[in-house]
Amino acid sequence: MSYVDPITLLFASIFTSNIILANFLGTCSFIAISKDLGSSNGLGIAVIVVLVLSSAISWPILHYILIPWNMIYLDLFAYIIVVAAVVQALEMIIERVSPALYMSLGIYLPLIVANCAILGVVLFMEIRNYDYVQALIFGLGSGIGWWLAIILAAAMRKKIDKSNVPAGLKGPGITLITMGLMAMAFVGFSGILRVQ
Amino acid sequence: MSIPTFRQVTKENLSVNNPVLVQVLGICSTLAVTNKVVNTLIMTVGVSLVTAFASFTLSWIRNLIARRVRMIFQVLAITFYVVLFQLILNAFAPEVARSLGPYVGLIITNCIVMGRTETFAPANRPLISWWDGFTSGIGYMAVLVLLSLIREPLAFGTIADFPIFPPQYVSDGYNWTIAIMAPSAFFLVAIIMWVFKTNGLKKEEALKASKSASAIGGAA
Repeated sequence: MSYVDPITLLFASIFTSNIILANFLGTCSFIAISKDLGSSNGLGIAVIVVLVLSSAISWPILHYILIPWNMIYLDLFAYIIVVAAVVQALEMIIERVSPALYMSLGIYLPLIVANCAILGVVLFMEIRNYDYVQALIFGLGSGIGWWLAIILAAAMRKKIDKSNVPAGLKGPGITLITMGLMAMAFVGFSGILRVQ
Repeated sequence: MSIPTFRQVTKENLSVNNPVLVQVLGICSTLAVTNKVVNTLIMTVGVSLVTAFASFTLSWIRNLIARRVRMIFQVLAITFYVVLFQLILNAFAPEVARSLGPYVGLIITNCIVMGRTETFAPANRPLISWWDGFTSGIGYMAVLVLLSLIREPLAFGTIADFPIFPPQYVSDGYNWTIAIMAPSAFFLVAIIMWVFKTNGLKKEEALKASKSASAIGGAA
């Protein structure tokens, strides 16, 4: 694979190959949380932090432990433990340092372990063979992309709540259609640059 | 909670409480792997088996693990079965494994697996938990196969790689490439959900109407 410079990768992971609108990762919590703008913002920021930290930790584990010792088949175990540990540690640190932030963010943190965006980004990092800087940038960009998508969707759902939606389409149905329209808009970015 | 029977569990998971259409779980992979029928079948078989055996295991050891550490046991048990499935897939169908990419590993965070092992398995006996996990997987499979049966012909003119449209369909550019792109996946799931839910609402209303009718008849 040709080398992709970090700035291009950052823009690619935010816009052209957005983690949720192009790769469908993290849809479950997206649909559940995007009802409310405030919680969406909180969860989005938590996802950015967890993504950057877990790609920062998983990369050395992959390249200095799993590959040299030929234990690559254990990668899923290693990654899921890293993600769970990062979330747990972050929860404890936030609780100590800033109880106010914990009150607003704390309930969303455990949800992140089951968010496939995190594990997905770490797995993409392995499959696409990124170096350390690329892995960090890809984590950051994907997090920002997810945050951007969820706050946009939450803002749109506020409007949708006031309009007349067919009974069978209320809730998840109309959210999926909203996401489809957003995905179409984001497909428009793919003319700018293409990174896979 | 009353003890559910096998028949009840089957009905719940296949229609009334379909994991994808009603509970809106496992949407990530629903959207991502449905571009080819073969990929979809293999992926959904994997999800069914992983959910079934993970539910079985967690139900079996439900009285041995403390509440506080259940989450981590749950994740590790699921990961164990996913790794098994991935190794089998790599050995026997490397082509499919490559095209599914990270989505096989992502069965771990599939909300259906998480949901069944979190809610059903800790409260029920192993065998019925196995059946519950398996039928949840089948309910998921039904929706995904339907999706892939719409998407693959439109985009490639084939079903499971057998051509169903004349070759000009693709070579002359009549095919809908949009059908395998992200937006169409969102729209199609929403449409199937819409049909399913409208149907359910109608049935509910009919049930209510017949109940109130019989109540009136009884009073008269």
